[in-house]
Amino acid sequence: MSTPRKAVALISGGLDSMLAAKTLLAQGVHVEGINFFTGFCVEGHTHAIRKKDQEKPKRNNALWVAEQIGIKLHIVDVVDEYKDVLLNPKHGYGSNMNPCLDCKGFMVKKAHEWMLAHGFDFIITGEVIGQRPMSQRKDTMPVIARESGALDRLLRPLCAKLLPPTLPEREGWVDRERLHDFSGRTRKPQMALAEQFGIAEYAQPAGGCCFLTDVSYSKKLVDLWTGRGTREYDFDDLMLLKVGRHLRPRPHFKLIVGREEGENRFMEGYRHQFTHFQTVSCPGPLVLADGGALSDDDLHLAAGLAARFSQGRDAAQVDVQVTDKTGVSRTLTVAPLSAGQIPAEWYV
Amino acid sequence: MSHHQLDARRLLCPMPVIRTQNKVQGLAPGDTLEVICTDPGAHHDIPAWCRIHGHHVLESRQQGHEWIITVQVGASAN
Repeated sequence: MSTPRKAVALISGGLDSMLAAKTLLAQGVHVEGINFFTGFCVEGHTHAIRKKDQEKPKRNNALWVAEQIGIKLHIVDVVDEYKDVLLNPKHGYGSNMNPCLDCKGFMVKKAHEWMLAHGFDFIITGEVIGQRPMSQRKDTMPVIARESGALDRLLRPLCAKLLPPTLPEREGWVDRERLHDFSGRTRKPQMALAEQFGIAEYAQPAGGCCFLTDVSYSKKLVDLWTGRGTREYDFDDLMLLKVGRHLRPRPHFKLIVGREEGENRFMEGYRHQFTHFQTVSCPGPLVLADGGALSDDDLHLAAGLAARFSQGRDAAQVDVQVTDKTGVSRTLTVAPLSAGQIPAEWYV
Repeated sequence: MSHHQLDARRLLCPMPVIRTQNKVQGLAPGDTLEVICTDPGAHHDIPAWCRIHGHHVLESRQQGHEWIITVQVGASAN
């Protein structure tokens, strides 16, 4: 008996990639999963920060899928490499800061590198023609195959019958007749196939797996770049864009205001990197100031905002401890800003 | 067999799993790794990762706001 061919499957945690992998497993192909962490993945993050969400059951859906279908899953940190995809997308952005086509090409390219390094034969994805307006169109599928370098070692089992035969099909490593011809945005064929495989539980259909598709997050990211005058970012920036209220009262600094206990605790881990504010005469949120040098006026303004979001918002005066990045603290006594003193455009 | 530690505090899902995975790649079967995390999701995800890769979770306990998960590297590691 010949050794089974080996496929590496891009596993997102959603139903389509699960079905694609399962389709190949059913043909006796050895499948292992790969999942890329870009820093913008919705999976887990904010759920782990906010206290109210910590009580809900959590799971990493990619790991869960891998366990359900009995394959290994390799999770790869691509945060640094992904910067170039986000900053210089050859094919542009979607409706927000989402560079979907470049992103898919990048992930298939990384999977191709992994395939070569680990002696695998081909790559599979859960792509379906016509399902996504940017990355899953019949005319963009060859672009991904070409630009990733995977060429005809990239197989899309859910819509393969609508595409030219790939190497695994031509060589008989997989039976093309037992692949699928799904297309469009309907989920019915996937649901029917899931039932056929006995898969009763799966994560809700994708669409919200990346923060870059989120209008609010994209706005905060663009504001971060504008405020700094450069489109640079690091991993901590990405994490902090996911927590707190963000207000930019002056062009050269913004404030991140913790909204609840879980966020305040999470932000505490960052307080040494920022000038930060904490009300001391009443309970209040931790406030981080991100930006350049702060003048005395800036510090008073920020303290007034910190007081506004504290339990002393209706008091005549609130004591706010200000601590700079070197750890030196002083207390400012300020009048909390009223709601009318905070223009809507300060909210990022 | 040797014992190792990994500080994954302040890291959010899936980073504790990635750090665990990368650390285990350099260990031998039978070695143990104690991972300290603050993301409560890690106490679901690290055991899930262990199950699919053939490693064993010897202990998973909560200590204040931290989770301490002890993993033993399986025979067919990685």
